[in-house]
Amino acid sequence: MPAVRIKDHWREQRLFDQRALVCAAIMGLATAGLIVRLSVLQVARHDYYSELSQGNRVRNEPIPAARGLILDRHGEVIAGNQPAYQLELVPEEVPDLDATLASLVQLGLLRAEDVGEIVRTIDSSRTFDSVPIRLRMSDEDVARFAVHRFEFPGLDIKTRQTRWYPNGDLAVHALGYVGAISEQDLKHIDRAAYAGTSLIGKLGVESAYERQLHGTNGFREVLVNAQGRSVERQGPFVQNLRTRAPTAGADLLLSIDLRVQRVAETALAGHRGAVVALDPNNGDVLALVSLPGFDPTMFGRGITAPEYNALAGDIDRPLFNRALRGTYPPGSTVKPVIALAGLTYHVVDPEAHRFCAGSFHLPGSSFIYREYHNEHHGAVDLDDAIARSCDVYFYGLANEIGVDRISTFMAPFGFGAVTGVDIGGEKAGILPSREWKEKTFARAAERVWFPGETVSFGIGQGYLTVTPIELAHYASVLATRGRIWKPRLVTAYRDPRSGELHHIEPVSEGEVPGVSADDWRRVVHGMIGVTQRGTAAAIGAHAPYTFAGKTGTAQVFTVARTEKYNASEVNERLRDHSWFIAFAPADAPRIALAVLEENGGAGASAAAPIARKVLDAYLLDADGKVKPQS
Amino acid sequence: MIYEEISSGSRTRRTLSGAARVLLELRIDGPLVVGLSLIAAYGLVVLYSASGQSTPTVLRTVARLLVGAVAMLLLARVNPNFLRRSTPWLYAGGCLLLVIVAAIGHSGMGAQRWLDLGLFRFQPSELMKLAVPMMCAWYLHERPLPPNWLALGGMSLLILLPVALVALQPDLGTAALIAIAGALVIVLAGMRVRVMLALLALAGLAAWFGWSFMHDYQRRRVLTFLNPQTDPLGAGYHIIQSQIAIGSGGVFGKGWMNGSQAQLEFLPERSTDFIFAVIGEEFGLIGLLLLLLLYVFVVGRAVYLATQTQDTFARLLAGSIALTLFVYVFINAGMVTGLLPVVGVPLPLVSYGGSSVVTLLAGFGILMALYSRRKLVGS
Repeated sequence: MPAVRIKDHWREQRLFDQRALVCAAIMGLATAGLIVRLSVLQVARHDYYSELSQGNRVRNEPIPAARGLILDRHGEVIAGNQPAYQLELVPEEVPDLDATLASLVQLGLLRAEDVGEIVRTIDSSRTFDSVPIRLRMSDEDVARFAVHRFEFPGLDIKTRQTRWYPNGDLAVHALGYVGAISEQDLKHIDRAAYAGTSLIGKLGVESAYERQLHGTNGFREVLVNAQGRSVERQGPFVQNLRTRAPTAGADLLLSIDLRVQRVAETALAGHRGAVVALDPNNGDVLALVSLPGFDPTMFGRGITAPEYNALAGDIDRPLFNRALRGTYPPGSTVKPVIALAGLTYHVVDPEAHRFCAGSFHLPGSSFIYREYHNEHHGAVDLDDAIARSCDVYFYGLANEIGVDRISTFMAPFGFGAVTGVDIGGEKAGILPSREWKEKTFARAAERVWFPGETVSFGIGQGYLTVTPIELAHYASVLATRGRIWKPRLVTAYRDPRSGELHHIEPVSEGEVPGVSADDWRRVVHGMIGVTQRGTAAAIGAHAPYTFAGKTGTAQVFTVARTEKYNASEVNERLRDHSWFIAFAPADAPRIALAVLEENGGAGASAAAPIARKVLDAYLLDADGKVKPQS
Repeated sequence: MIYEEISSGSRTRRTLSGAARVLLELRIDGPLVVGLSLIAAYGLVVLYSASGQSTPTVLRTVARLLVGAVAMLLLARVNPNFLRRSTPWLYAGGCLLLVIVAAIGHSGMGAQRWLDLGLFRFQPSELMKLAVPMMCAWYLHERPLPPNWLALGGMSLLILLPVALVALQPDLGTAALIAIAGALVIVLAGMRVRVMLALLALAGLAAWFGWSFMHDYQRRRVLTFLNPQTDPLGAGYHIIQSQIAIGSGGVFGKGWMNGSQAQLEFLPERSTDFIFAVIGEEFGLIGLLLLLLLYVFVVGRAVYLATQTQDTFARLLAGSIALTLFVYVFINAGMVTGLLPVVGVPLPLVSYGGSSVVTLLAGFGILMALYSRRKLVGS
């Protein structure tokens, strides 16, 4: 039998006391460890955790800046801002979501087919966030909702600023529009600057001057709880919440004269084409028309897929900016510059007559270059050749000057290069030359310049192409007898802080070199002849000012040289493009322009009457008298 | 009567003031009650802020404290011998209730822990927090100390049965606390140090083994403890936010009801398990040191009382009750400050909710009963 251990109470008491002491020591150590830990958190790393705590509770809410206005040269608003109404819903405040949405459908404020999508959006939102369920409400919708508002707790009408174009599609190709920020845009904008905004300028002035128009967003620091709900609370940690007011975008003053723009668009209405009018003395764009256009507001409010497809698929290409990007052969509108080249290089005696029998052929070649409409001008001098647009005269003249000299001479007039107008998207026409041909074509046989191509060059056919703005720029260089100004749309901006108007200096690009005053006079005289006794005499009749012009007809459809071209027999879209360039008053020009009517036929019949209306609109007052120069 | 024994045996006690006589009559230890009351009062002040100025929450806690105080007063008057004799029945009843809970228990918090008694929901595991150390003390009472291997084995079974039942609920935190309460009895009973080391090694092995039986959320908690940044919005969120709260409180705190972490709900379970972080945020290091000081005082006093008791059952049980309070505080504070994994252990007397307040005060009632009925050996 094992020895029975007897309880020794004294020993056990001592053992217990010993153990209690050890436990107390361990507790002391543990407490010390805790205190060390607390010191690390609360003393050593206090700043770090303070910052984290600050970041937890404060959220920045952007306050979008009002976009700058765009005004015409007389201060009329072309693009402004307008509140748009949208219906928003706070899920947690709506007692019965399904019933609410059903009654909204009944009121006609929601479409039944949208309800599923709306419910999905609401389900994926936080219950205290305001969810837009209906955008772009009409005034009538707003009124209808207002009557029934008491039935809809948790629903409210919210306003937000949207872009507003009071004149609809007027000047849309100059203005551009604002639309949803795209993936492409995100690559080159500062996302922080666009927080709270979903729109950005696209095309035209809206895009080119986006930086100035956009302004600087403000922000408001909001106290939020863990769910991100903003909370209203009093306490020391509320005091250091900051707010910064937004700075509105700069207002832009355009060179465009809306009255002239309207007249031009009305005159061209129903046709495809472009009108560009410039102030030749500084490059101001007075009108920039490309028809057909489109309503820019639909991009700002959110264009629907069918709307966009209709625009993009339209055979008349309303989204295409013809004024800046459409390239066409200039036709006879180049004759003044060819004549100037001939005079400057002393190739032609302006007084000498050449005989026009309706056709031209190069020596040693049987190929016949025909006169437009097979006219016979008889004996014509330079003045006559411009006024009556004699092709035979210019076939010969071009051949005598030679392609190299023509190309070199035409370059300062802006051919073959973008004008550098202050909105993007411009495309350059082609100024052909030997080098150009060699660079452009792949096959050796095509890389050689043929003498016959110089002949076509003389009347603006062949490889030579221009955009309407290039041709207007050329007209303005002719108008100022050689002074070159870079075209521009924005002439001034208003500083949003000080309210001061800052004018932007026009940009001079020098002068056309080497042309004598006498030669300028001769060519301008020929162009005045166009509107008085030449191809556009009917248009120039009874004008209270003298004006210089030149018609042009650009071939779309190459007619066999032996056949006659008959406009009425050719499909409308294969008809010739009609050009007219002009400047007025001829002796002290205040406006220079180019008018293009696609498939309009001859320049004199289609484009020239439009040009006359634009000139009248700019130069005449209400009584039909020439306005004094301002 | 035992009271007469005390009063006649000690000359100093004849000169006690009237108030002390009342305490004595109630078998209450003055310093301990003051310490506990201060902690509870501090806790109420913090709870008002942590609950988002919810008066009902504070009132419910006051009610629980009162229930606990009544339990403490009643238990303080119970004869320790009666307590010792009823211990096996209490233990057996508790185990039975755990089995019943496992079978039909009310499902709450994703775990079966409660027994719905109509008026209130009873948590048998709370009962076991006291019943297990009582049973261990009872078991060792007649045996010579330090316990031999056979006694250790017997007690291991006594501890592991309820621990296993609670762990299966699954409530790992409470199971660990029950095991610790039992283990403390064994440690205080004088288990040899090398045996303890051997058992620690065994525990390590068991931990490794237990890992394979853990629920996913339990494993995640352990993993998150090891590296909270891996899952900042999931399980690590608690720890990160509580550290931000404590750290941003600094030395002096952000002021009462001005802790942004707590008031703006970034801190989860801020009025229950993570209330320690609220104190750290609003009252700073000073506030936490004050709280720790109060706890250390109460535990120290309780340990002192334990050493003054004279039989094995009383000593071991009183010592275990005293040390358990510290273990609770340390585990909670360690968890909130990121020293220990997140286990659901409330901060005693401060955290809102549950029956743990009642259990805790009942335990101190028992402790006082054990102390006040000591035989004054050697007088």
